[in-house]
Amino acid sequence: MLSSVIALNRFGLGARPGDHPPADPKRWLLQQFDRFEPRPQILARVPSRTVVATQLADYIEEQRMAGQARRRPQMTNAAMPQQQPDAKEIDPVKRYLRQNIRQNYLVMSSARLDSALASDNPFVERLVHFWANHFAVSVDKLPVIGLAGLLEFEAIRPHVLGRFSDMLLAVEQHPAMLVYLDQAQSIGPNSRAGQLVAMRGGRQRGLNENLAREIMELHTIGVRTGYSQADVTEFARALTGWTVGGIGRGPGARMIGNAPAGEFQFAELLHEPGGRKIMGKSYRQNGEAQARAVLTDLAASPATAKHLATKLARHFAGDEPPPALMDRLSKAYLASNGDLPTVYRALIESPEPWAAQPLKFKTPWEWAVSALRAIDATSIPAQAQAGLLKQLGQPTWQPGSPAGWDDIAASWAAPEALVLRVEAAQRIADSVGSSVDARALAEKLYPGSLSDTTRTAIARAESPAEGLALLLVSPEFVRR
Amino acid sequence: MISRRSFIAAGSAATTLAALGFPGMAFAKAATDRRFIFIIQRGAADGLHIVAPTGDPAYAGLRGDFVQDLVAGSKLGSFFTLHPALAETAKMYGDKQALFVHAVASPYRDRSHFDGQNVLETGGSAAYRLRDGWMNRLLGLLPADEAKALALSTTVPMALRGPHDVSSYAQSQLPSATDDLMARVSALYASDQQLHGLWNAAMDTRMKGGDSMQAGGRQNGATIGSLAAKVLSGDGARIAMIETNGWDTHSGQRARLNAQLRNLDQLVAALKAGLGSDWRNTLVVVATEFGRTAKPNGTGGTDHGQASAAMLLGGAVSGGKVVADWPGLSTAALYEGRDLKPTTDLDALIAGALSQHYGLDPARAMTTLFPETRGSAFAQSLITA
Repeated sequence: MLSSVIALNRFGLGARPGDHPPADPKRWLLQQFDRFEPRPQILARVPSRTVVATQLADYIEEQRMAGQARRRPQMTNAAMPQQQPDAKEIDPVKRYLRQNIRQNYLVMSSARLDSALASDNPFVERLVHFWANHFAVSVDKLPVIGLAGLLEFEAIRPHVLGRFSDMLLAVEQHPAMLVYLDQAQSIGPNSRAGQLVAMRGGRQRGLNENLAREIMELHTIGVRTGYSQADVTEFARALTGWTVGGIGRGPGARMIGNAPAGEFQFAELLHEPGGRKIMGKSYRQNGEAQARAVLTDLAASPATAKHLATKLARHFAGDEPPPALMDRLSKAYLASNGDLPTVYRALIESPEPWAAQPLKFKTPWEWAVSALRAIDATSIPAQAQAGLLKQLGQPTWQPGSPAGWDDIAASWAAPEALVLRVEAAQRIADSVGSSVDARALAEKLYPGSLSDTTRTAIARAESPAEGLALLLVSPEFVRR
Repeated sequence: MISRRSFIAAGSAATTLAALGFPGMAFAKAATDRRFIFIIQRGAADGLHIVAPTGDPAYAGLRGDFVQDLVAGSKLGSFFTLHPALAETAKMYGDKQALFVHAVASPYRDRSHFDGQNVLETGGSAAYRLRDGWMNRLLGLLPADEAKALALSTTVPMALRGPHDVSSYAQSQLPSATDDLMARVSALYASDQQLHGLWNAAMDTRMKGGDSMQAGGRQNGATIGSLAAKVLSGDGARIAMIETNGWDTHSGQRARLNAQLRNLDQLVAALKAGLGSDWRNTLVVVATEFGRTAKPNGTGGTDHGQASAAMLLGGAVSGGKVVADWPGLSTAALYEGRDLKPTTDLDALIAGALSQHYGLDPARAMTTLFPETRGSAFAQSLITA
């Protein structure tokens, strides 16, 4: 591949027929830093955080009341046979609210795709997807369905060209993450709320370590980097009080405070009092500042630099990331105090990501985006895009775990996955019909980089649509 | 059934469901009840194996074992034999509802599928010269009641594109990948170590799982034919285009063409059955972008050629004959020494058939549908009065 083709396809999201191969590929990548829009017009359709959070609050309230209604008769007179509400009966209010939440997801995931299709800054757009996957939440948890998109739009996009520490803080204080990793309900055992719960002998509620652990293991320093279970627990104590306003409406909600629905809220009543000691360092700050200080230190750690450098190198230079590149990126990170553009510049200036042979097997998302860009699609109906990505095996914001989607070929280059890609290619090509000449398009997308095998296969196809389908599944196109 | 259908409006104005004439909805009757269906054979169908010139002295020598297929075929007079897979079509011929035209070709004289199909569909004299299709331009010649066209595919094919509104109609659950594409992907991946291994593993699994691509990928002619008939027998669309793929038989032609033709035969039979009394007023044109080499290649197939055979089918057709200015199959008679030489202009045939079908002025039909083609529309009687 020529370096212009590498810039468009490996660094970018795939060439569009109207894209001119950049004469100076490195400059083309760097210039995107100046042009990138954190909130492009395409995202205007996305519902606001208040709307989403209020719908979620309504839903949770509906569920809580239904739960109470089920419990109440048994408590009042356990001996008398009571008419039990049928648990399977579909509550219309609940169904309506569920549909709203699902609709929010569709709007957001389609805005994400359309933004990727229309973007003139595909390198930065790719970095947004990279970081969103680094800070993965998964919509298989109901409260996350409507919030996952907002995490990417509100916490990742504004900081993709900023400091890692700022992105980290924005993510960990975002309602999607606080809800997904159960932080919103975590209560310090010695906090005022914790004491109240203990006094009443209420249901077992207390400290939740989920977010603390994943911040260390996945978001910052990485697994097996020298932290202990005690460090995780201490960090979890420091994080108590980090919650979300307006989502809960029960009696506990009063303790949280009065932040608007969906906004980050530090709830002093939930916070574990006292200083903390994490990985040998003492944190004596009060309140919200305590966990913030831990995050700041984690972001500045050499282990974090190495962890992030490894993932970036793997994303751009191959499943087995070259150690020299990892080292260079790590140094750039530490020397710039986690300034992401400095790290990206080191990446662009390194030789490893510019290797002529393909280095990566595209994930389904990458393949779908590049295929749709190749046919110059700019807007895909919400249901259709969700269906396509689900069929290909990578539904948006649903990796199923906080570790996010794998970024290695072994996870994606599977027999059936390839067949699904061929079937999707045929449908995409059929939707275009005979209006695209795949022979010309192939030369346009891969100038000077098209194999004879692919060229011949396209030229011999029995119809324009079949030629296009073959281009979209060609060895060139399924890799980058 | 209705909920399984999906409608896609094409052109500037969205076409409503009502315009397509759902059963049960009442509409004013059109002035006449003429129907027209164009079936395109994408991939270059081998006319020499479909309407076989078995009476040509050079035929058997050229075609080798291919001629065995034709032993059981229907005799069309003393010179031509219809491939036996076209059994229902042969019955139409017996009922004088099928007419075959041989050594026919569009103005395209090269051998690229894309360019050839573009010429066939736009009606231009060369690829990409015209931006709309001859079927769309036909709509401009017809009274509003009859100028309603539909593509039986998810997108509107080139022949139907243009300023006049056209609908498209496809079952939502169309088979997603054709056998042909699967075979070509296998070839494309043959020299790629990783993809070759993955692909073979997937194909093995599919075969074992009984999820045979044969069943899943093959177009079901009878289904498509019934679907088309259902739509066309309402009071909505009067004109339709049906796309058939898989005619590019570079290898294993005998078996593949047999399956292709059986599928086409079922499609046409289902159209006839589904249209009922409307079949009387129906014209079906079957044509391909070009023909194939006179001599088979080394892989039991044929390569891209020139002239092929076209079919006119339907109750409106003045059939029971083969029309051909037969050029012969001797080496000297072949185009560039390899292909059947075109002696009949497909454009003139289509313009002639449509002008007779709709009572249009033949000269006007010719200049509107095929503005770049010199010569006049077929004057010979193709349609019953």
